[in-house]
This record gives sequence, C-alpha cells and structure tokens, in this order.
Amino acid sequence: MVEFTLPKNSKITEGKVWPAAPGTKNAREFRVYRWNPDDGQNPRVDTYQVDLDDCGPMLLDALIWIKSKVDPTLTFRRSCREGVCGSCAMNIDGVNTLACTRTMKEVPSKTVRIYPLPHMPVVKDLVPDLSNFYAQYASIEPWLQTKTPEPVKEWKQSHADREKLDGLYECILCACCSTSCPSYWWNSDRYLGPAALLQAQRWIVDSRDEAAGERLDNVEDPFRLYRCHTIMNCTKACPKGLNPAKAIAEIKMKLVERQV
Amino acid sequence: MSERPTLRTPLSRVRHLGPARAGTEHFWRQRLTSVALIPLSIVFIAIVISLIGRNHAATVQILGSAPVAILMLLFVVTGIYHMWLGMQVIIEDYVHHELLKIITLMANTFFCAATGLACVFAVLKLSFGV
Repeated sequence: MVEFTLPKNSKITEGKVWPAAPGTKNAREFRVYRWNPDDGQNPRVDTYQVDLDDCGPMLLDALIWIKSKVDPTLTFRRSCREGVCGSCAMNIDGVNTLACTRTMKEVPSKTVRIYPLPHMPVVKDLVPDLSNFYAQYASIEPWLQTKTPEPVKEWKQSHADREKLDGLYECILCACCSTSCPSYWWNSDRYLGPAALLQAQRWIVDSRDEAAGERLDNVEDPFRLYRCHTIMNCTKACPKGLNPAKAIAEIKMKLVERQV
Repeated sequence: MSERPTLRTPLSRVRHLGPARAGTEHFWRQRLTSVALIPLSIVFIAIVISLIGRNHAATVQILGSAPVAILMLLFVVTGIYHMWLGMQVIIEDYVHHELLKIITLMANTFFCAATGLACVFAVLKLSFGV
C-alpha cells in the first residue's frame, strides 16, 4: 500500500543553526536537508545564512558558498553550472529544478528550503540514488536500431524528420520530471516514468530507426506506460521546458493507431 | 521500490517479467466510455430533472417508456463499465500487496457486475411491468 507517513528512521529532525558571519548585511536564510548514512542519525534540516553580497545569483552559487565558507560537509552533485549536465537537480522551495539555472530571486519565499529529489533513496544529503532511474532509461534501449546493412557513409534524415526530434533530444536526464510524478512515487518499480518514456518516444519517432514496433511492444504494459494518468507534473517540473506528458500521450496514440 | 537487499542488477529489476503487451485496449475503452458518458450524463440529468414533482405513476410511465428506458440502460451500462475500469486502475495504483490486490480487483468486478445488473433489472422492470 501507499505509505502516508515516513518510516521512523526517515523522520526529519531540527538540525544545526549556523549564525551569519559577523558584518553580514544582506543575508538570506537557507534550510537544507541533511542526512549522513554513517552516523546512524535521522535526517535533519540545517539552517544557514548566506551572505548575498559575497555570493553569485544562482541557487547553486549559494550551495557552493555554504560548502566553501560555512560547512564543507554539505554534499550535493554539480558539474556544468549551466543546465547541461543535470547533476544539480533537487527540490527547491517545493519544486524540482536545477540549482544552477534558477536564481535566488525566483524563489518567492524568504527562506529557501532545499531537499533532495522526492521519493528517491538518499545516498547522502542532497544526493539521491538514481540507479533505478538510469536502469529504466537503459531498458528503453536508447540507441539507433536497424536491420538494413549500415550505409557506407551515414544514415540520412530529412530536415522535416530531424525536426520531429526537437523537444525530445534536449532531455538531460536530470530526473526532475520522474521524481515529481505521483504515479512514479507509488509505482517506480514498474512504471518507467516520464523521463524514460520521453526518450522511448525520441527513438520511436526517429526516422532512421527501424525498431519502432519492438519499441512500442516494449512499453505496451499496464504499468510500464499506462501508469501515466496525465497528471502533468512532469511537464511543469522540466527545467529544460520539455513536455514529457505530450510525448507519453503520443506513444499511447501510436499504440491505439496500430490496432484500430 | 523494494527496500529488501538484492543482488539482482537494477536493469534486471526494471525488465522483470517483460512487457505485458496489454493495456491499450483498457486505455481505449476508458476513453471511449468517457466520451459516451458526456451526452449520456446530460440526458440522465435532464431525465431526473423532468421527474421532479411528479407522482409515482407518472414517474413509472416516463422511465418505462421505450426511448427513456433505452437511454437509461445506455447510461447505466456505460457508467458502470467506466467505473469498473477506473476503479481497477486506482487499485493497481495504490494496492501493492499482491494477494490483497487480486482480492480487491475481484471484489471490484463482483460489485460492478452486481450493481450493473441490479440497475438494468430495475429499468427493465419499470418498462415491462410487474
């Protein structure tokens, strides 16, 4: 059954409160989820005062500022700092997004609350375990599949067919969409989730691919695909402005199309 | 996700027993009944409103007349079928214990069959008397 309360060892407690450095004029409060797998303690929420006069404008800047100036034990993933790698996906002020492409000004509430992506096992602090998410991506076999012998030079594609991949190929697999989906929260062991299904659609519509039928067979399942109930949290969450809900609807339309 | 420790790889767990190659028919029928229920619900509400203030004999006469009875039957059968499909999805969403899931899915079917048949019987009884 769906669990409505957190298990005992996941209940969040009040953590450490770090005071603002002396002489700080322009501080903003950050409340950040902390959990250390090694100390046997429950997760806690630490409070930090970020000096905005000493820090860049993005939320990732604030996290890096905290790590380098206040608390080096704070753990989070980040790499490209420009919304290309998808590493710094987290739940900020109740919304899944990339810390690097969202400014502090975009957060309406005075205190910025930062948690890891929802409903995923936590490795440490803001780092979720994405093994299942990546396996779901692998399960849709995200590579070109053909029966025709490989051409000498390259597989050709018209401009019009290439345009069909727009809005699909840009996905950076940050997992903001899948972890915002209630259906994925309840059934992530069987439902592939919006990110994997958007990629499934990306290969189904690729004019160079010759395995569309097998790809449709692979997702035609009451759980793998049809757990999507068009809640649309995925589309709302996507920091790249993509529309996984539409991609999933198009897969469903193709499945209906091939049998009526 | 299962919290039990396992040595199976994540991909093995995701691929599990493979795709059921089913679900499209269920999805299609749910949409089909939704579309059908738009006009049928309006008709049903109109019939109910037209019955307001009438006595028992007049109500029986209206509900028993052929066009009204056919529309009522269409509404009941489509509505119950839609309810059956919808409840099945809700159970699959939220009930994860395998045995409990099978039992609730069965109970759903039995309840919908019984309710549907009772409604159909009621309408036919009004139409054909006794």
